Amino acid sequence: MPGKTKVLKKPTRTLADQSYLVEVVKGLGTTLKHFFQGTGQMVSGRVPNAVTDPLAEGISTLSYPEEKRAYSERWRGVHRLTHRDDGSPRCVACLCCSTACPAQCIYIKPGEYPEGDKRRGYERYPVEFVIDELRCIFCGFCVEACPCDAIRMDTGTHMTAFDVKSDFVYDKDKLMSMVSQHGTQKSENPRHEPGDSGHPGIDRLHGGH
Amino acid sequence: MLFWISTTLKVLVVVGFLAQVAALLLWVERKQSAMMQSRIGPNRATIKIGSLEIRAAGLVHSIADGIKMVWKADWEPTGGDHLLYRLAPIVAIVPALCLCAVLPFGPTVFIDHGRDLYDPAWATDAATLARSVPLQIANLDVGVLFIFAIAGAGVIGAALAGWSSDNKFSLMGGLRAASQMVSYEVAMGLSLVGAMMIYQTVRLDEMVTWQTQHVWGIFVQPVAFVLFVTAAIAETKRVPFDTPEGESELVAGYFTEYAGLKMAMFASGEFVEVCVSSALITTIFLGGWQFPFVQLTGLEFHYLGLNISWHWAHFVVVLVGFITFCLKCAFLIFMQLQVRWTLPRFRYDQIMKLGWRMLLPAALLNVLVTGTVLLFLNSGNG
Ligand code: SF4
Ligand code: SF4
Repeated sequence: MPGKTKVLKKPTRTLADQSYLVEVVKGLGTTLKHFFQGTGQMVSGRVPNAVTDPLAEGISTLSYPEEKRAYSERWRGVHRLTHRDDGSPRCVACLCCSTACPAQCIYIKPGEYPEGDKRRGYERYPVEFVIDELRCIFCGFCVEACPCDAIRMDTGTHMTAFDVKSDFVYDKDKLMSMVSQHGTQKSENPRHEPGDSGHPGIDRLHGGH
Repeated sequence: MLFWISTTLKVLVVVGFLAQVAALLLWVERKQSAMMQSRIGPNRATIKIGSLEIRAAGLVHSIADGIKMVWKADWEPTGGDHLLYRLAPIVAIVPALCLCAVLPFGPTVFIDHGRDLYDPAWATDAATLARSVPLQIANLDVGVLFIFAIAGAGVIGAALAGWSSDNKFSLMGGLRAASQMVSYEVAMGLSLVGAMMIYQTVRLDEMVTWQTQHVWGIFVQPVAFVLFVTAAIAETKRVPFDTPEGESELVAGYFTEYAGLKMAMFASGEFVEVCVSSALITTIFLGGWQFPFVQLTGLEFHYLGLNISWHWAHFVVVLVGFITFCLKCAFLIFMQLQVRWTLPRFRYDQIMKLGWRMLLPAALLNVLVTGTVLLFLNSGNG
């Protein structure tokens, strides 16, 4: 006979367990005990400080706007559009983010730079850039998709509650005005403008192939 | 004349109270759950008058919520049935308010005899009776039956909301609400049959009178009490019976598409139902407005070899009765909220099984046993 068979005992359920009623009363007892403990602590002012003593027994709520726990660097908050040195958006209106977005909540209207602008021919710019933050599922795919590090979710800001649905639709100006957790509107990644020494210089008109 | 004045006053007081009760219970629920779960609960909303800051332990949040609800965009789904959509919240809340019309919240007040000791002759004397005010808005002969009829109508609001919203989550929620409430209506009605047999009446004021003279309903009908409380909680559509609006499955169930004040009407309707069902349980099973050992004449304790008779003036008895009723209701509301924060939600099939395969047979059995016992007792007497 191969190996030994270990027979596990089925957990027994008494009639009291099955009737559910006894367990309900027990559960109520537990929660009532907690209720009176909590109320006692609250009334007598013996409430542990959540920041200095977060694992203490009893009430340990953070007083949110005044006390905050830091979010991790990777936490995804409301979007922002990063700036170039001259304050224009880094976005080149490639539509990668709106294509990647599973909620289809990004709308971009791309535009060409005017004749004579040194960026013309290399890239476009967003005339309109709209994100419906109410539809957004905060998956971060747009950030992953962007080739220019132009869209980021490092603002450390929650979506605020508004009274009207249209307030949740963030336009380009609003997105450009958001700042990162560290207070910058730019991105740490370098950016080379056409004509800079680091610019690869490849485009449709001047490229070798 | 007295009848009209007193009835108007009673309606104003009761409906006015129930309109506020949602705000109050919202606070109770938040604070109570916070205390249970080692949190602080609402404490931030403040009314500032000069340097004075009023927080009232978070009670101000209810006011803030009210203001917020008024200012929310009154959004409506573009599809669906607009008339029914707007009607649904009203249909949902009105039956709950109607229910309290038949609940006696104190003994009958004999206006001319405020300082006298109660005399049973008052109740038969036409002149005294004409100058009396029963603390009950409508003294219906059908009493309990009226309650079943109206409570059953409450489901229409939920079903209409689910149907007219043009949203599949809402529809599912409406369907669940309808089937759940219809199922539990049956168990609820049958669980009371035993009580009606013992009290030999369906009038709520006479039920209370029976209980003051004999013993509280919970002691003669303990099984019915458990069944009725279970069914009543199920009727309020709150946890653990909240599959009609189960957030984790149906967004918000039948009121997914409601915003602003219409949403607030559904939410407050739920609290009104909690309130009314507590009052109902108090009336039928916990002796209504009776404080233990207090009769219409005052404290009467004739047990354990003691013989205490402490007579009170009529108005004092009325006042004690009214306060007792409120306290009993408050206790039951507290327990209902506690249940809501203690038990996890049932699965939908479990709810149906509990209703049809547990509560219903148990209620039928209760009727059978009660009937048999009554038969033996009566044949002994006769
Ligand atoms: S986070 Fe996801 S859902 Fe939101 S805009 Fe970006 S891609 Fe779309
Ligand atoms: S944000 Fe990035 S991905 Fe989206 S259009 Fe602009 S450059 Fe392209």
